[in-house]
Amino acid sequence: MSDAIPARFAPGDRVTVRRAHPPGHLRTPFYARGASGVIERLCGAFANPEELAFNRPGLPAQPLYRVRFRQAELWDDYDGPARDTIEIEIYQHWLEAAR
Amino acid sequence: MSSHEHQDHEHHDHHDHDHPHAPPPDADGTLTYYQALELAVTSLLIEKSVFSADEMRRQIEAMDARHAGLGGRLVARAWVDQDFKARALADGSAAAREIGLEIGPLKLIVVENTPEVHNLVVCTLCSCYPRMLLGLPPDWYKSRAYRSRAVREPRAVLREFGTEIPDDIEVRVHDSTADMRYLVLPRRPAGTDGWAEERLAALATRDSMVGVALAQPT
Repeated sequence: MSDAIPARFAPGDRVTVRRAHPPGHLRTPFYARGASGVIERLCGAFANPEELAFNRPGLPAQPLYRVRFRQAELWDDYDGPARDTIEIEIYQHWLEAAR
Repeated sequence: MSSHEHQDHEHHDHHDHDHPHAPPPDADGTLTYYQALELAVTSLLIEKSVFSADEMRRQIEAMDARHAGLGGRLVARAWVDQDFKARALADGSAAAREIGLEIGPLKLIVVENTPEVHNLVVCTLCSCYPRMLLGLPPDWYKSRAYRSRAVREPRAVLREFGTEIPDDIEVRVHDSTADMRYLVLPRRPAGTDGWAEERLAALATRDSMVGVALAQPT
């Protein structure tokens, strides 16, 4: 999409998911909020579903990433090897550069 | 109803009905709020000629006709053609279209099982699923238990499906939360050298392409 918001992150960048709890239709799972991971890929730019849910255009389009997390980062008592991971699609406005 | 009344009722049924196979009671109880809403919106859309009842029926028929054999074709091609596999991993949608699969606007990501990684797909928020390539999702995929546990304890969930992943293989869960859909490219079973693509396609079962099972020779 030509009028998409420019992508701020590239594969390999470390990012942290915002710990926010706004009301409405959200596609950022609770269990990932506040967690840090690595950008696996940029999926493209998509109309923001939080706006679409209210019949608004959701533009300019938001870059959407796949972010890879270590399971141990998400669950304190994860019962499995440290190498296990999970990948989640997260829109750019939910991500900050990891400190 | 008290248990006493219940027993009386059964007693009554047994003796007063002369036909031995009374039909079971209809299962259509009171509509839930969302069922009523769906019916209301559907009838409005038809009334306002946004689409016709026949168009809606045809769409349902077309979706019901989708099946895992379509995804199996993509997997089998990737098993026999390394260049195609590379293209499928780079752009799943383009690869599906390349072999003539009609996927509409589907944004497909193909994830490959290897000796180092086993992939598992879930949608924790609802039930996102590559329907164009696998058909309608099974009930367990939509269940709260699968959706909550697949991200929290994937190895325990896999074990319940009879799939044991050794600790030296990474289990990588894909939470299908937004605009992309995921298809697992299972590992090609040993002992299938020289098999025709069509025969290979049958080994790529629905469950193996969701990642709860391995592709196995039957």
